[in-house]
Amino acid sequence: MLLIRCPYCETERPEVEFVYAGEAHVARPVDPAALTDDEWKNFLFIRSNARGTHFERWRHMHGCGRFFNAVRDTVSDQFAMTYKAGMPRPTENEIKEARS
Amino acid sequence: MSTYRVSGKGRVDHNRPVRFTFNGENFEGRQGDTLASALLANGVHLIGRSFKYHRPRGFLSAGSEEPNALVGVNRGVGRAEPNTRATVLEIFDGLNTVSQNHWPSLKRDVGAINDPLYMLFSAGFYYKTFMWPKSFWNKVYEPIIRGAAGLGKSPAVPDPDTYASRYAHCDVLVVGSGPAGLVAALEAGKSGAKVILVDESPEFGGSLLGEPDAEINHLSAWDWLLETNAALAAMKNVTLLNRTTAIGYYHQNFVGLCQRLTDHLSELPDGAPRERLWKVRAKQVVLAQGSIEKPLVFDGNDRPGVMLAGSARVYLNRYGVKVGNLPVVVTSHDSAWLAAFDMAQAGAKVAAIVDIRARVPNYFVKRARALGIETLCGWTISGTKGRHRVTSVRVNPVSAGGHVGPARTIACDALLMSGGWTPSVHLFSHTKGKLDWNDERQMFLPGARTEDSRCAGAGNGKFGLEESLMEGASAGAAAAIDAGFSASAGSYSVEGEVLCIGASNRELPSDGSASWAKAFVDFQNDVTAKDIRLAVREGFKSIEHIKRYTTTGMATDQGKTSNMNGLSIASDAVKRPSPSVGLTTFRPPYTPTTFGAFAGYNRGDLFEVTRKTAIDSWAEEKGAVYEPVSLWRRAWYFSKQGEDMHQAVARECRATRQSLGMFDASTLGKIEIVGPDAAEFMNRMYTNAWTKLAPGRLRYGLLLGEDGFIRDDGVIGRLSTDRFHVTTTTGGAARVLAMMEDYLQTEWPDLKVWLTSTTEQWAVIALNGPNARKLIEPLVEGIDLANEAFPHMSVAEGRICGVPTRLFRVSFTGELGFEVNVPARYGRAVWEALYDAGRKYGITPYGTETMHVLRAEKGYIIVGQDTDGTVTPEDASLAWAIGKTKPDFVGKRSLTRPDMLMADRKQLVGLLTSDPKTVLEEGAQIVLDPNQKVPMKMVGHVTSSYWSETLGRSIALAIVEGGRAKEGQTVHVPMPDKTHSAEIVGMVFVDPENKRLNV
Repeated sequence: MLLIRCPYCETERPEVEFVYAGEAHVARPVDPAALTDDEWKNFLFIRSNARGTHFERWRHMHGCGRFFNAVRDTVSDQFAMTYKAGMPRPTENEIKEARS
Repeated sequence: MSTYRVSGKGRVDHNRPVRFTFNGENFEGRQGDTLASALLANGVHLIGRSFKYHRPRGFLSAGSEEPNALVGVNRGVGRAEPNTRATVLEIFDGLNTVSQNHWPSLKRDVGAINDPLYMLFSAGFYYKTFMWPKSFWNKVYEPIIRGAAGLGKSPAVPDPDTYASRYAHCDVLVVGSGPAGLVAALEAGKSGAKVILVDESPEFGGSLLGEPDAEINHLSAWDWLLETNAALAAMKNVTLLNRTTAIGYYHQNFVGLCQRLTDHLSELPDGAPRERLWKVRAKQVVLAQGSIEKPLVFDGNDRPGVMLAGSARVYLNRYGVKVGNLPVVVTSHDSAWLAAFDMAQAGAKVAAIVDIRARVPNYFVKRARALGIETLCGWTISGTKGRHRVTSVRVNPVSAGGHVGPARTIACDALLMSGGWTPSVHLFSHTKGKLDWNDERQMFLPGARTEDSRCAGAGNGKFGLEESLMEGASAGAAAAIDAGFSASAGSYSVEGEVLCIGASNRELPSDGSASWAKAFVDFQNDVTAKDIRLAVREGFKSIEHIKRYTTTGMATDQGKTSNMNGLSIASDAVKRPSPSVGLTTFRPPYTPTTFGAFAGYNRGDLFEVTRKTAIDSWAEEKGAVYEPVSLWRRAWYFSKQGEDMHQAVARECRATRQSLGMFDASTLGKIEIVGPDAAEFMNRMYTNAWTKLAPGRLRYGLLLGEDGFIRDDGVIGRLSTDRFHVTTTTGGAARVLAMMEDYLQTEWPDLKVWLTSTTEQWAVIALNGPNARKLIEPLVEGIDLANEAFPHMSVAEGRICGVPTRLFRVSFTGELGFEVNVPARYGRAVWEALYDAGRKYGITPYGTETMHVLRAEKGYIIVGQDTDGTVTPEDASLAWAIGKTKPDFVGKRSLTRPDMLMADRKQLVGLLTSDPKTVLEEGAQIVLDPNQKVPMKMVGHVTSSYWSETLGRSIALAIVEGGRAKEGQTVHVPMPDKTHSAEIVGMVFVDPENKRLNV
């Protein structure tokens, strides 16, 4: 069972307190009506399905209830870092630093 | 007493006899015996029959790796456990055990017919034999295979035992209490770190329990053990868990331990759990799992009496049991020589030591000769004889060029073999730690780690006692330091240690035909060397494929004794080195673990939460029949005077349509949406337009996913400009709130809105029927209930029966209806007050079934029953609920995707069967032409189907391709009895003009 750090509670808690919420940084278009069918399809269905570093959303469901973002390696399952919703995607250097 | 017990030897209590039975026969053992050691003391080697060939089998090992000696243990009703390894089963007075996989008896088994048919049952024989004719599969092959499959008999009644579970945290977890593990725990313990030491055995000591002659720090091994165990027991920061198996090693040093608490007791203490599952989070882990001896692969290596040499030594030194009086030893590793010496010193006549190696260290040969044991170095073994126990072995000299010379037969009553030792890397592998192949030693050793763990001792390839102690000590100290303590490893010395080495083998050379040899690799699944080579010849190259095709390593022992032999034979057959063929993946649990341990407390009433409404107790008193709806239990119907369900529902329906029914709707999900931007938030979430909904009004709300499909629905009240009372489906409440939170927190964090679940704060009593208003009028204060003042789809706050209420005028039945929301604590009191006041109208409580019938009569859908996640508002005839002028809402953009606009989408329609008495099966498929060939083209299915008491006939809802355009057409519904025909009609069966609502 993984330990996950909630960036709002600033504490590491067991996985059972959290729920996974899909890929991160997939922002809902501001004006969906302006999108072509293809663009909308890409937003709805197309995800990176990364092998390795993956940006994803989690919710501290049985804690503060907040959604946040995480960087996790999909091969080893190890979390590199977590950060608050709305913060920009961390750079490779920031991830490397967090891992070390 | 038998001739196999060596009095005064071993760690068993020779003064405490223990009586037990095996296959109905009475035996006597000693306190401290396992079933295996006690039976061996009585000269019993035949313990079971093998899985596929039903070959007689004996004890191969003395530990948890045992593949053969599986027995059933019977402790009374519900306490029958199959497949218990006799080698770890502690005996107690009254223990009752039976052997498995034979009929009629262990000694005479009809299934043994499979053995001479050996050639038929080769690798992959299921796949080859049961191919055709195709029609035989269901009726002939599968039942026969199922009948023959599996070992042992599982109990048919519930398990009466209880199982505990708990969490624990520690600084250093040490797995294994052999020399390396003991000192690791000792060194870590001395630093003050919180230590947990676990071992699957009842006693700590591991390999030392079978090596009393070793000398550690100038103490005999067992004296040192006594001292070390006492030192550990004296440390308050050290938790000692014996009879506890580390079953799995998971992420971030999370380790599962299964502790067996009562299986070894003759009297089960009242209320004590049988097992306890520990979920341990350790800062550091030391793995000292030890090693497992490899069998040799030769024809007849599976006869009872053929045993691992190291295990024979354990039986002798730990349990005081000679496994034979006339043993032969066959080996390619020095350690088996020590077993021969111990046996000889205990009075056995060792007939010969056969070593595959031409050169054996002089020390061993000399000592053997001094003991008068014949040594045959550079010899092989080519066969064994003996039906229920080995009686002789066939050995041959092998020339330097590999030529196998003429055979010689040696009589024996036991054959002790050793093919060397395999480090136990199971738990390390659970962590996906890398295994490095050591070509010189022909073994996998732990490499790069992924967790904060260290391997020590034989499990890390340190087979010498001194090196094992030293490595354990430094691993324990280093783990403590990494956990934040200061420690320095003590020093350990071993006197006069003889280091053992060996050579690795595949099938041993033989003068016999390899194709007829029954040289077993996997004893439990009856996989021979020939099977593995056949699999390779048939094209299987990956070890994972070879494993599945031959089933090697797939039995309950998970190949603990067979994986390495299987791998080296496979690698030889595919002509690639072992590391590139690869090792199969070790997976938890390390040894078979009971379902009870995993289930723990979560069984019976505690399996999952049962949610009950405030009114539930009343329904229970009235004899309601319940049905589960998500986690809730809801009254399904109220049976009166022996009514069946059909009669009860018909009565409840009639009463509601004719006068007055009452229904506990408290389980409806409720979310309070509050804030200056509440209406804007509602506009974005729901399809409907909310801006113009006046406070005091209700509206049916429809919620889509971003993909445009219906997710949930419910009636929503606006209490003031900034406050909405949202209801959701019973099962959807948590999901809907999570979805709202997601959008609010991550897409629209600028909106000033707060969401609160209020599902359990309100009790909801639905009153439906022409007399509903008459009932509540005298009980309500502060709300004008006249139709004009409080029309259908209104909400108002006031009081009812003296308590505050949010009163909804709404109907899910098509009748005049009210939903009385009161604070949950008044729920039952208000319900009873309304029930009493309603008697003059014949008020009738009804359950979920009647609710379903009444709503279906009106064509009101149930999300999740009439929709399935692929239904759009248009498909469900709910396009009217879409706020067409709104620029955006969740799912809006998807509604204009090309696929969503196709004419042949499945649409919700009504169905009326040609025979009005026929109630279709929900889920039944719909076809247009009943005479077409099978498989027919299915155009939809029945989603809801009931007997309508109001109409005196059956009704149904269904989704049908292009359904609305087919209104008036006849479709066909094949069901098990016959194919029924039905007409497609509109969805509303009763009062389509809503005259009954608006009164």
